[in-house]
Amino acid sequence: MTLLAIMVLAGGTYAFRVCGPVLHRRVKLSEQVRWMLSVAATVLLCALVATSALTAGHSFAGWARPAGVLTGGVLAARRAPFIVAVVAAVATTAVLRLLGVR
Amino acid sequence: MFIIPTVRSFWRTLELDRPLRRDIALVALADGVVGVSFGAIAASGGQPTWVPLAMSPTVFAGGAQFAALYIVLGGGGLAAAVVAGLVLNARLLPFGFAVADVLDLRWPAKLLGSHLVLDESVAFALAQRDPARRRAAFLTCGVLLFVVWNVGTVAGVLAGRAVGNPDALGLDAASPMVLLALVLPTLRDPRARRAALLGAAIAVAGTPFLPGGLPVLLALLGLIAVGRSATGRPDTDRPGAGGRVPPRAEGRA
Repeated sequence: MTLLAIMVLAGGTYAFRVCGPVLHRRVKLSEQVRWMLSVAATVLLCALVATSALTAGHSFAGWARPAGVLTGGVLAARRAPFIVAVVAAVATTAVLRLLGVR
Repeated sequence: MFIIPTVRSFWRTLELDRPLRRDIALVALADGVVGVSFGAIAASGGQPTWVPLAMSPTVFAGGAQFAALYIVLGGGGLAAAVVAGLVLNARLLPFGFAVADVLDLRWPAKLLGSHLVLDESVAFALAQRDPARRRAAFLTCGVLLFVVWNVGTVAGVLAGRAVGNPDALGLDAASPMVLLALVLPTLRDPRARRAALLGAAIAVAGTPFLPGGLPVLLALLGLIAVGRSATGRPDTDRPGAGGRVPPRAEGRA
């Protein structure tokens, strides 16, 4: 990595971050677009959950990780405390790997 | 004279947010471990010490940092590394709009706060209904993650190869799990749920064929499809179409 490459990556990333907070009052958005922007975050987060639970690089991540995420997700949906859900997810994945499940 | 009620209300806010702070601390712990592995992988891969130390505070986005680092360590070009990182981070643009109300502050605070737009801080903010709690959750999460991410990177650089594989501990399940728990309350809205499920399916289906970051952005097609199919009444839940909608509970994440 060179300093220039890091600066371009950092500057571009900051530009993505700062647009919303700076521009949201200046651009007049329709009700439809406002709804879409608020739901866009939910949609992107769910897509991140799905891809990071199921895939590693360009292929399937194996069963251990999605099994852990599913266990934690079910616990969270059943109103288990956050910490219990996260620890259960991590423990499920770790135990499955220990047992040789990939 | 004004000080006492101010202090009291501030204290009450802190009291109210104690479970929230515990949840944020847990997320920070998991992200700190990822920061350690970033520093360790960069150092043991032969990058100069200053590279991870410069990347973590300025880029401050785990996925993009790892992607750029792996491309360079794998012999890829710098341009490819930068482009991959930027594509991964393009999702921060809509995230910035989603938390724009939270960052409706004076200019220096707005510009500094924008650097804290992350998957986790946005997810914590969206899980809160009350505006003051939204802002508190976003800022607390953002600042704490900035600290642990950078401290973790330094620790990883110092530890170098000594750090084992975090996957063996199952830690790779923590980050999708955290985001899932945070996003669950927003999925009670049937149209958001439909858009999210469709988008997630598109993203997973695209992952084998597309460069990293793009599949997640393509999930927005799910949103467009649902938004188009239901023009007119954006805020009406439709009982009967998707079963009964449970009463909205206060965000507890």
